[in-house]
Amino acid sequence: MLTQSSNRLNNLLVPILSIILGFIFGALLMLVFGYNPILAYQAMLTGVFTSPYFFGEALRQATVLTFTGLGFAIAFKAGFFNIGIAGQVLVGWVSAIWVALAFPDLPRILLVTLSLLVGVIAGAVWAGMAGALRAYFGTNEVIVTIMLNYVALHVTNYLIRNVLSTGNTTERIGENASLRLDWLTTLTAGSRLNIGLFIAIVVVALYWVFMTQTTAGFEVRAVGLNPFASSYAGMSAARNIILSMVISGGLAGLGGAVHGLGTFGNIFTQSGLPNVGFDGIAVALLGLGNPIGIFFSAILFGILEVGAGFLPNQAGVPDEMASIVIAAIIFFVGANYLIRFFINKIQTNKQATEGGE
Amino acid sequence: MDIMQLLQLIVSSSLMYAAPLILTALGGTFSERAGVVNIGLEGIMVMGAFMSAIFNIQFFGTFGAMTPWVGLIAGGIIGLLFSLLHAVATIHLRADHIVSGTVINLAAPALAVFLTRAIFGAAQTGPLPRAFGRSNIFLLDRIPVIGPIFFRNTSGPAYLGIIIAVIAWFILFKTRFGLRLRSVGEHPHAAETLGIKVYTMKYAGVLISGFLGGMGGAIQAQAIHNEFGILTVAGQGFIAMAAMIFGKWNPLGAMGAAIFFGFAQSLARIGHYIPIVQDVPGIWLQILPYLLTILVLVGLIGRSEAPAAIGKTYIKSK
Repeated sequence: MLTQSSNRLNNLLVPILSIILGFIFGALLMLVFGYNPILAYQAMLTGVFTSPYFFGEALRQATVLTFTGLGFAIAFKAGFFNIGIAGQVLVGWVSAIWVALAFPDLPRILLVTLSLLVGVIAGAVWAGMAGALRAYFGTNEVIVTIMLNYVALHVTNYLIRNVLSTGNTTERIGENASLRLDWLTTLTAGSRLNIGLFIAIVVVALYWVFMTQTTAGFEVRAVGLNPFASSYAGMSAARNIILSMVISGGLAGLGGAVHGLGTFGNIFTQSGLPNVGFDGIAVALLGLGNPIGIFFSAILFGILEVGAGFLPNQAGVPDEMASIVIAAIIFFVGANYLIRFFINKIQTNKQATEGGE
Repeated sequence: MDIMQLLQLIVSSSLMYAAPLILTALGGTFSERAGVVNIGLEGIMVMGAFMSAIFNIQFFGTFGAMTPWVGLIAGGIIGLLFSLLHAVATIHLRADHIVSGTVINLAAPALAVFLTRAIFGAAQTGPLPRAFGRSNIFLLDRIPVIGPIFFRNTSGPAYLGIIIAVIAWFILFKTRFGLRLRSVGEHPHAAETLGIKVYTMKYAGVLISGFLGGMGGAIQAQAIHNEFGILTVAGQGFIAMAAMIFGKWNPLGAMGAAIFFGFAQSLARIGHYIPIVQDVPGIWLQILPYLLTILVLVGLIGRSEAPAAIGKTYIKSK
């Protein structure tokens, strides 16, 4: 999985074959129900790639998925499952909007920075709680983050209804808090693509530097590979658990803040946890924990999710098809033993025939 | 409202909300006792809820008043089939258990809504012709005082869940099958040395969890929401998992925890009838089950005793 590091080529083959198999699975399912898969995939791709607006929207979705994907990946590298990404997105989103609405008259650069920062901190604290409980009480972080997800959902809805507004939607944030870039909006024919894309690219680079070039990043990876060995080497398990969860939640919170300030410009009551949280897990798994891989996975899923909107009208296929394809892709990534098994078989066969000549 | 009526209301609505949780938490217990983490319970519940709703609508004419009970079995069977995916992925294909569970959770709602749209042309099924409703438990409802509180106008599926919990406890702790299942979750290598078929036991654990989880989802659709849509299950599978852990992987404990969570969930809806509780802001009642789970995990269970080999892939020795 994310922590495996065998043959580089095979590592790249696994996600690519998974994507192909995922699409084939989706096609078979559509055939079974009498839909035309070629028409469906064509509708998605042409829909996204022939319109600057929808291409912008796909990149906008990819931006948020990059943050949630990186967030999940760093905790996973340290050996933890942060299932709470969705909840951390939500607290980041609501707190960023809160700040933006509370100080509408601050200069733009200050207000945007402050709002994003508060979103990061909110997400970091939310995940940090689970990290601290794991570090000091040994509490299972999967369960705690799941529970915190639902606490976040109910508290956010309560805040929207009772503190931030009186209805189910807050007011829109002012121009000074918006992540909108005029030239980007014009370029993509009015899509909601925003400055978050560039923040995401910077964060991808920072993530790579942190994980490969710093001692702290090395410790996080070491703890994930072998907690016992790293504790003998003098690394503090507790510190690394909390650190990785705080960064993980901070990235998710940043994703939520960008979603709020960039995509929507407000927050409204949610009937369930935001999908970008769970899709972030999928992005991280497909990207095999590599920041650049995560970025490209996020773009692929962004295209799928935005392209899904074209399915009902142009191919008569329910738009849930895109989510099914995503789930199928992750199934094959998870069951990569199957793919590796066949790759190995093909390679040994090749060696055998070459040796015989 | 007098005290009897109030108690009756609290007990019956707690049991109503507890019913899906009891069965699903029991399912989780079987899977995890065999060493396979199953966070896919949420997705399995979704499939069970979907199947039972379809079944309810299609076969109401055939089964009449028995429809929801037969729908329960239908939900269980689809849950079992869906959990087969998790079993194959984690046992034979060596996938990470949490990854495979996440796939189940991503796939199930999408697939169920996809199928609902393909069949009904809408994202919801609409109201079911026959729901579980409330029932009196035969004979027991005639016991003075206790009868009316516990057994009258109450949730039939919840009592089914309680009976299954007792049976599950017996199977896990008093039969050879249960001992073998648990040994596979604690130390698969030792188990295999003794001639126990590790893979078979793991498949059994996961498939039982799928059957029970599917039934849990069927109850959620047919007793609480009375339809199937994307919001029918909405997190109940995760609460059932919490109940399983709260109950320390013991069927009776899981049942008790599930009833407690059912009580906490019902408070958000009937709390305004109960003195003291009615003065507590609704938000506290809503987040109470989750906060209590965390507090209990930290305080009482602490380093909780999960099966020793849980979540580890077992590779059969040649």
